[in-house]
Amino acid sequence: MDINVIGGGPGGLYASLLLKKEHPDWDITVYERDPADNTYGWGIVFSDSTLGSLREADYKTHEQITDKFAIWNPIDVHYGGKRIRCGGHTFSGLMRSDLKDILRERCAELGVEMHWEHNVENPEEYAEDADLLIGADGLNSTVRETYEDQFKPRVRMGDAKFAWFGTDKPFDVFTFIFRENEHGLWRIHAYPGRKSTFIVEATEETWQNAGLDEKGKEEGLAYFEDLFSDHLDGYELESKLYSWRNFPIVQNRTWSHDNVVLIGDAAHTAHFSVGAGTKMAMEDAIALYEGFEEYGPDDVGASVRWFEKERRPRVEGIQDAATQSRRYFENTERYMDLEPEQFAFNLLTRSGKISYDELKIRDSAYTDDYDRWYAQYAQGGNEKRAVATPPMFQPFTIGDVTVPNRAVLSSSPSSVGSSGRPASGQTARFAELGKQGPGLVLTEPVAVSARGRLHPGSPGLYEDGHADAWAEAVAEVNEASDAKTGIELFHAGQRAATRPREYGLDRPLADEDSWDIVSASATQYTRRSQTPSAMDADDLDAVRERFVAAAERADEAGFDVLQLNLAHGYLLSSFLSPLTNERDDEYGGEDIESRLAYPLEVLDAVQSVWPDEKAITTKMPATDWRPGGNNLGDGFAIGSHLSRNGSDLLTVVAGQTTSNDRPKFDTDVLARYSEQIRNELDVPTMTTNYVTSTDDVNTQVGAGTGDLCQWYPPNVDGDLL
Amino acid sequence: MEGADAELTREWARRAEAGPFTSLGVFDRLVYDSLDPMSTLAVCAGETEDIRLATSIVAGPLRSTGLLAKKAATLDVLSDGRLTLGLALGARKDDYEAADSDFGSRGARFTKQLDELREIWQGDEIGPDPVQEGGPELLIGGSSDPSYKRVAHYGDGYIHGGGPPKIFAREAEKAEAAWAEEGRPGDPAIWGHGYFALGDEDAAEAGREYLLDYYEFTGPFAETIAEGLLTTPQEVVQFIRGYEERGCDELLLFPTVADEEQYERLEEVVENEWSDA
Repeated sequence: MDINVIGGGPGGLYASLLLKKEHPDWDITVYERDPADNTYGWGIVFSDSTLGSLREADYKTHEQITDKFAIWNPIDVHYGGKRIRCGGHTFSGLMRSDLKDILRERCAELGVEMHWEHNVENPEEYAEDADLLIGADGLNSTVRETYEDQFKPRVRMGDAKFAWFGTDKPFDVFTFIFRENEHGLWRIHAYPGRKSTFIVEATEETWQNAGLDEKGKEEGLAYFEDLFSDHLDGYELESKLYSWRNFPIVQNRTWSHDNVVLIGDAAHTAHFSVGAGTKMAMEDAIALYEGFEEYGPDDVGASVRWFEKERRPRVEGIQDAATQSRRYFENTERYMDLEPEQFAFNLLTRSGKISYDELKIRDSAYTDDYDRWYAQYAQGGNEKRAVATPPMFQPFTIGDVTVPNRAVLSSSPSSVGSSGRPASGQTARFAELGKQGPGLVLTEPVAVSARGRLHPGSPGLYEDGHADAWAEAVAEVNEASDAKTGIELFHAGQRAATRPREYGLDRPLADEDSWDIVSASATQYTRRSQTPSAMDADDLDAVRERFVAAAERADEAGFDVLQLNLAHGYLLSSFLSPLTNERDDEYGGEDIESRLAYPLEVLDAVQSVWPDEKAITTKMPATDWRPGGNNLGDGFAIGSHLSRNGSDLLTVVAGQTTSNDRPKFDTDVLARYSEQIRNELDVPTMTTNYVTSTDDVNTQVGAGTGDLCQWYPPNVDGDLL
Repeated sequence: MEGADAELTREWARRAEAGPFTSLGVFDRLVYDSLDPMSTLAVCAGETEDIRLATSIVAGPLRSTGLLAKKAATLDVLSDGRLTLGLALGARKDDYEAADSDFGSRGARFTKQLDELREIWQGDEIGPDPVQEGGPELLIGGSSDPSYKRVAHYGDGYIHGGGPPKIFAREAEKAEAAWAEEGRPGDPAIWGHGYFALGDEDAAEAGREYLLDYYEFTGPFAETIAEGLLTTPQEVVQFIRGYEERGCDELLLFPTVADEEQYERLEEVVENEWSDA
């Protein structure tokens, strides 16, 4: 078997030595553009120190590599004049040049032929005169480019600028430094090694403000030596190839074609902040070797397919986490309002892979201390007390209403009432959820008028008798628990007059059971739905008054919190979205402000009758999830206006503003919207993503993803009793 | 699968009902040596009284909606309300060609079809009225965002395509998230499935070959599926437990070798080793 390997980095060398060791009779040749002793790059990091797979694959190099390791365990976060340390995150690293020396020597020892300073212009020739061509030529892979019609690569650039430096200043742990100067916020990733690695990252804007696009190497280094003099202690920064880059995210539809296979950065990259690049390249090499163990040289196609099947799910998992991590570092400015302690917790949990409980396992002293800090922060004390419960169990004040903990229970729309009067099952379920120990219990959406009901059996609050049933349930909750009670008021608009949701959503009622419906404009919600009539001036006044009357009744019934629903395609949301608001009066238009006009009028009118000592929250869509609809930028605008107009908290949802939206059901998508809106606008939010454990709630509250969390504990039945 | 005849089909149905099982499932493939799922279930319905009868899955858009609605309603009537209709897109181009149904537009047509099925079952035009209120229990499969949306909008639950418990858990959770976030009351029914070949190495090899052949169209993924074949009692029990722990309501285990022994071996494992039986 003849194998040509293009690229003499860790991936290419490691694949070569594994295959050669097992098959001494195979001819394996490595071609590398750079000289053998080229030592570009500084330290490389492995996100753990076990490297079990390397030990198994080649004991000798495993020993040499681990002998060279610098191993460290805590992460330090420097921010806002504080240093926060969290242990248990074992990393190991060595100089890239040391790793290459070890692998190169082992290749030579085993008889791999290596050609240095050999530039490959046309990989096809190398594929033709060998049984297998391994493309291990990195980020800007020539092999990938040559076969792009087959591999179908997708290369996108990250937003941030970064540069790698080295320094003799010893860093004993993984160190993140965030520092703001007159040009903006700088992020430093520094870690130990024979020489320390010191990566600088910033937004393009900050980088330009600092004039780095025009500064040369000497000036550039001097700038950071000065800015971080307290961390560098007089040591200099060094640069081998002074350049600022954006991180390229490489993906390929497939990594193999005929007898050509891509490994390492040529196939896939992951942002350097998760420290997985070299590890992935070496694990690729192992899997490729195993593919040949499985199928042998006679079936090269099957061997490389086996490699891809083995690696793809693992690589994609790492790439997903890396994407979250990269986005965090591209948008760190968003978190500058967080206190250093919370800033650090948010940083540690950024990729979605590490939760509150996971941190507790890694370093329980850290989470204990965080609990104490968070309790003090939540309760406004002056000093930490020795005993504190986790973030989920800390109180929170919305407006003037203080809820005893962060868990919110509420139920989905039901349909067993009659003429707006809630059935005993509906109020009993509310009371039951309230007694389960949440900080806040919310009703299902309650209609402010008969026309605004989703179903004939939806509960309402538009006649005096309706309030009595709720009042009893509220009293029951108040008697049995500390939970605060909230009512969600809505008008179903274009989604009204449908059958119960038991057998599907938005199935219109038969004509004889139905009623006329209204919306911002005459937009059909589904192709089967009744077409609503566009609201005229009288309708606008009438519905606003309905909301006001319902708010007064809700106050009488004793609710502490009123949540106004401006989402999910219901009436108020139909004004917000350009997809459902075609009005040409002052309540419609190109700009989000005019589409907000009516919902804000309603909010304002409701506030005028809602007591100041109680809280008002709004449920709002972060995005329509549809081209031509509102996007997250509009979501920021909506949230900002609602907050400025007196909404004490934003409950963040997404989509359903049209029936043909394209929602995402990754269980953390809605949490990310909540986090972005909360930290971008610096307002309190409630998360609504599907979370089922206290760990989820602690992580969300602790990291500042949301202040309250709607949650779905598996042992609580949200169904009708 | 190949080699399943009238006698074997009836025998399996009878024994499953008498044994520890709660449902019978059938596959759908057109361009393959396999029995038609709806007709097979009709035969099973005649042989049994209590056991649930499930299609897992039928490729919906392969069929005309009106005919599918009538067939399903008929099966529901003739089985006295025991039909669970599992539907998904199906990924086989050749099946679509043979059925004279457009492959490229199947996603959009599937969504429309689900809406129409509900309409037909609840309406008065195309009878019979299904025995189950709202129509046969409707499960929807697939693992893309639109699949989960279909579950939340039209389904009674989610039917997973098979794989290790960990993957099942991740995808079932998405179905549950869609259900909750889209505002459907209650919880979706969650079904899963796996493949087994119990006995000696020959049985295991035959099972793997069958899967490689059946899933050949998926390319290298067929190997992943074949690797997941359950070939020992221990693997079967582990698999069932893994699924149960992750909230699976009903798990279908499919034989990959058509012989009576396979049934007996599975029954033995489930009866003796699975405490919940």
